[in-house]
Amino acid sequence: MKVVVCVKQIPDPADPGALDPETKTLKRDSKLILDESDSYGVEMALQLVDAAGEGEVHLVSMAPNNEVAGLRTALAMGAASATVVSDDALQGSDALGTAKVLAAAIARQEPDLVLAATESSDGYTGTVPEQVAALMDLPSVTFAKSVAIENGTAKVQRQTEAGYDDVECPLPALVSVTAGVVEPRYPSFKGIMAAKSKPVDELDLAGLGVDASQVGWAGAGQEIVSIAEAPAREAGEVIEDEGDAYERIVAFLDDLKVL
Amino acid sequence: MGLDKIWVFGETNGDAVASITLEMLAAARDLADTVEVFMAGDGDDFAEELGEHGAETVYSTGDLDGGLQGVAVAAAVAAAVDDGDGPDAFLLGTTQDGRDVAGRLSVKLDSPVITNVVALEADGDELIGSEPVFGGTTDVRTKNTSGKAGIFLVRPKSFEAEGVGGAEADTEDLEVPDLGAVGGAKVTNSYVEESDGPKLDEANIVVSGGRGLGEADAFTMVDDLAKTVGGAAGASRAIVDAGWVPYSMQVGQTGKVVKPTVYIAAGISGATQHLVGMKGSKNIVAINKDPEAPIFAVADLGVVGDVHKVMPALIDALKAR
Repeated sequence: MKVVVCVKQIPDPADPGALDPETKTLKRDSKLILDESDSYGVEMALQLVDAAGEGEVHLVSMAPNNEVAGLRTALAMGAASATVVSDDALQGSDALGTAKVLAAAIARQEPDLVLAATESSDGYTGTVPEQVAALMDLPSVTFAKSVAIENGTAKVQRQTEAGYDDVECPLPALVSVTAGVVEPRYPSFKGIMAAKSKPVDELDLAGLGVDASQVGWAGAGQEIVSIAEAPAREAGEVIEDEGDAYERIVAFLDDLKVL
Repeated sequence: MGLDKIWVFGETNGDAVASITLEMLAAARDLADTVEVFMAGDGDDFAEELGEHGAETVYSTGDLDGGLQGVAVAAAVAAAVDDGDGPDAFLLGTTQDGRDVAGRLSVKLDSPVITNVVALEADGDELIGSEPVFGGTTDVRTKNTSGKAGIFLVRPKSFEAEGVGGAEADTEDLEVPDLGAVGGAKVTNSYVEESDGPKLDEANIVVSGGRGLGEADAFTMVDDLAKTVGGAAGASRAIVDAGWVPYSMQVGQTGKVVKPTVYIAAGISGATQHLVGMKGSKNIVAINKDPEAPIFAVADLGVVGDVHKVMPALIDALKAR
């Protein structure tokens, strides 16, 4: 069984950067890391291949300058190989443009199953997985909190507003997974060493066969018209508990007449 | 009025129209001459309530026979657009099905999705959506420039639902074309995980717990306080991911958006992902042992202390009344 996992490499959330008011893109000066949201998909893929007894996990990422720092983390966890798509023309891509690139790169792998996070930690549009599935004409199950494969069918528990649904979906298919679907492993030292020599296929748009007019600034069907500081919520009073702080909370609730 | 026609994605909770749908109808009424609803299921059952909130027509697919809404509704809408029946813009809620339909539709129409929208304005015959980023410290306004009908994913609780006494909406069929293998995902069972008491996103008081509770068992304090004050219990993503409580209790970017009169955060540090789900609360009380926790920057009353001491004392004091 071949599983492809979509992987985003993002700025360290501890140092998220800022929107560049000139170019209206995210400034990504710091080193990129594996989006933690994607570590769940990588782990899920490894466990499914393990359970199937055969197959491998391939990673697909779109990133500036053939960035692989985040991919190496996922390779160290156990993925076999990766594709990274980089091209200057990709700058400014919106979610749909990104999905077009990912779909083309994934299709080359002819996977049985595509896994993705429900949303990235930095952009959180949460639409890319479903767009990729639509572009590839694949059925999909989003918001999975558990995934198993039985007889060529994905059995998924899908989160709903009120609880969850059991969903069955024949492969090939795309499944987007929530954080908490599995506990991601930490790369072992051996894994980290092995990751350095695992194959990473570097592609540009021409190599991928995607027209530059479909992606980047040229393809984006949306435009940021303004970026402004939001009105901040003012912090109130902060007190240190000395055994009687609960009385202050009770008084606060009494003042609001909510009890 | 800027736009001629807006379509709002209809979602339901049992017999009633979901609040997010009514909220978007209220927003759409101010932006377009004609507001219509498209939805899975049987629109006849909801035509009265939707009409009351200003929808003139309800387009519905009928029973999907277990199929997920994303593929089916998007394919049906795309076919209607091909027939020239489409609107100038689509509004969908930031829900599981809303996001699925938006993603599929975006590919069908080759139109972008503008996400996490909390405010909308008309600019000529096009919509601009505002999205808070970086934990709500920055507002970004984004315009659809695709030349096709824009698709906007609207966050719950961004607009106030309000009936306008409209007449029962007309109903029309929204025909789902043959989906083939792409429609292969089927729901075989549904489970409800909601607890007793008021609903999380409707409660007047919400008490939420986070990692600072230390262990799953300590969540009973949160439940107990919520029950004592007649509120609902919520949770941060950290403890949902850890399996302490079900996802249906999650407050935040990937969970529910709440705007209660009082929000009490117990042992929650206030990660961006959580703040965007509760920052709109009218009053915020936070209890956390770390004085540097970001939650204190938005709290009206912050208590630096041990939740295991403050919460039981608070519960006892309230129960004694």
